[in-house]
Amino acid sequence: MFERIIAIIIKEFIELRRDNSARFRLIVPTILQMLLFGYAATYEVYHVSTAVLDLDHSQESRELLSHFTASNRFDVVEEARSQRDITAAIDRSDAAVALVIHAGFAELLRKGRSAPLQVIVDGTNSNTALIALGYVNAIAANFAKDYATDLAQRISGTAGARQVQVVLEQRPWFNPDLNGRWFFVPGLIGTLTLVIVVNLTAFAIVREREVGTLEQIMVSPIRPVEFILGKTVPFFVIGLFQVALIVAVGTLWFQVPFAGNPLVLVLGSVLFLLSTLALGLLISTLCSTQQQAFSLNFFILNPFFILSGFSFPISSMPQVLQWLTYVNPLRYYLVVIRGTFLKGVGLGVLWPELAAMAAIALILLATSILRFRKSLE
Amino acid sequence: MNAGTPIVAAEALTKRFAESVAVDGLTFSVDRGEIFGLVGPDGAGKTTTMRMLAGVLPPDAGSIVVDSVDVVADPEGAKQHISYMPQRFGLYEDLTVDENIRFYADLFEVPSALREERATRLLAASGMSQFRARLAGQLSGGMKQKLGLTCALVHTPQVLLLDEPTTGVDPVSRRDFWRILYGLREEGVTILISTAYLDEAERCNRLALLYGGRVLYCDTPVALKRHMPGALIVITSSAGRDARAAIARLAGVSNVVLVGDGVHAVVDDSRLRIPELRQALEGVNVPFANIAVGEPSIEDVFMALLDDPEAPR
Repeated sequence: MFERIIAIIIKEFIELRRDNSARFRLIVPTILQMLLFGYAATYEVYHVSTAVLDLDHSQESRELLSHFTASNRFDVVEEARSQRDITAAIDRSDAAVALVIHAGFAELLRKGRSAPLQVIVDGTNSNTALIALGYVNAIAANFAKDYATDLAQRISGTAGARQVQVVLEQRPWFNPDLNGRWFFVPGLIGTLTLVIVVNLTAFAIVREREVGTLEQIMVSPIRPVEFILGKTVPFFVIGLFQVALIVAVGTLWFQVPFAGNPLVLVLGSVLFLLSTLALGLLISTLCSTQQQAFSLNFFILNPFFILSGFSFPISSMPQVLQWLTYVNPLRYYLVVIRGTFLKGVGLGVLWPELAAMAAIALILLATSILRFRKSLE
Repeated sequence: MNAGTPIVAAEALTKRFAESVAVDGLTFSVDRGEIFGLVGPDGAGKTTTMRMLAGVLPPDAGSIVVDSVDVVADPEGAKQHISYMPQRFGLYEDLTVDENIRFYADLFEVPSALREERATRLLAASGMSQFRARLAGQLSGGMKQKLGLTCALVHTPQVLLLDEPTTGVDPVSRRDFWRILYGLREEGVTILISTAYLDEAERCNRLALLYGGRVLYCDTPVALKRHMPGALIVITSSAGRDARAAIARLAGVSNVVLVGDGVHAVVDDSRLRIPELRQALEGVNVPFANIAVGEPSIEDVFMALLDDPEAPR
């Protein structure tokens, strides 16, 4: 039995070694994706092109605007002279944000009343718009606080400065600088291995079916389970290699901290890889050509990403979709990855995720093996 | 295990696919050490029969016994006795000749001590000794088939099932291939071969003519020719087309076909029809050198049988 399994494993590795493009496919796209996600994929917003219109021409209005110019979040690209200029700047996409200070701004402030700052945001990219608005709010609030303290001081001396105030002290745990890279790079372990392992497994088996070697193997005394084991062990090894590669690039190049127990990550990876192998096997039973496998993989893998929490928060999804995420092994794996990388939590916290992945792997493996046996007939 | 019992016995074998019946109550038996041909056009049920014999396709009805093993009940047990080479043998094109052989030897758990000796002998027999390190994908079509055969034989099966092994193979390689098969027969291997090439059928000890999933006749090539309804008339003529036109509609004449140097026709009674044919040809001034009764090939027999309303269907 072992002789036959090993025969298939050896054969699989020889084929992989001969396939020059395979080595390329396994390493280069992985690193490329990591660089893309590490550098390009960020939700943070800097240097938003901004148009300003100051109709008040007061010290206060200049003071407020200087808060924006000083921030690296906003680049003032245009000092408009009229509302029409502002509209035009937004229309032409010269500016994504426009700030308008109307006449009477300083007067209201000096009387201790609230003064409006008009903000126009190009909502085409809703995400950037929302984040930019957040910065506008923060800067305006900062200005208001300073001004209020200042005003109180001038009116009633130092005593007046001791107003009752709620001061927000932000201290995000696990990722103090809210570095998006720390969020994305470890997540790539899950998404990249999912694509690579599912594709490799599905294609390797469908290719045997297409070329006719599968039938040849099945007339030998080999048992389907032996074939499946021999076929999947190499991809399991490759999957582990991918995980190691991404962890290495992530921690060494991108300096993402690894706070937890590596063994917990290994355990999670093993369970996740079993699910992906089973998924690849399952796809291979549904396809008779590599062409079909290609389109089916594409169709299946996309929902896996979207419903995983890799980039879109699960808690914001409609209830029905949230239920769907429960059957997605990637969802649990990402929790394990981010838990071990950033939070440094161990089995005590992550056991439900690990158990869920084990259950999914078991069900997927059983289904795919049964289906695979049937597909041979 | 004695010579009297057939090594392969198929009885009332039936397989349906969706609406169509691929194999319809097929019965035949193969004796130990013979080359048995399953001969018929595409769609006659050859491949389906082969796959059922190999134990990869369960029949809907009927029984198969190979080397005293009930293939239907115990397909796994039969696999050690059988080697099945599908129409397109599953070679790994990115593996070398040697690696392919080793892989199939491992699958059949051939002891490594025996393996090298067998591989060497089989490769020498097929004239491939110098290509052992070559990738299978770089072999010619004929060599691929020979490598497939070598892989199929590496576990020295009792029964070799070959499904159209020579389809698409050049004539020289085909002859080589048959030489190897004769060598195997000497060693006592029973060979079941399917082919759509009717000239190859003559090389078999016995053959079954298959049509529409049924056996038309099952006998030796010589005996089969005796089943020929009527006689084959060979007309040597430089104006084959005209000759065909002249005789095609005559009474008692059927299956008029153009051949290289004239026309072949099947007639119900040669003594009666030859003078009539001669007369017909002379009547329209078609030149011809000779007209005589010819030795029918299996192809002629097969075509005549298909047209014969009295042949078993």
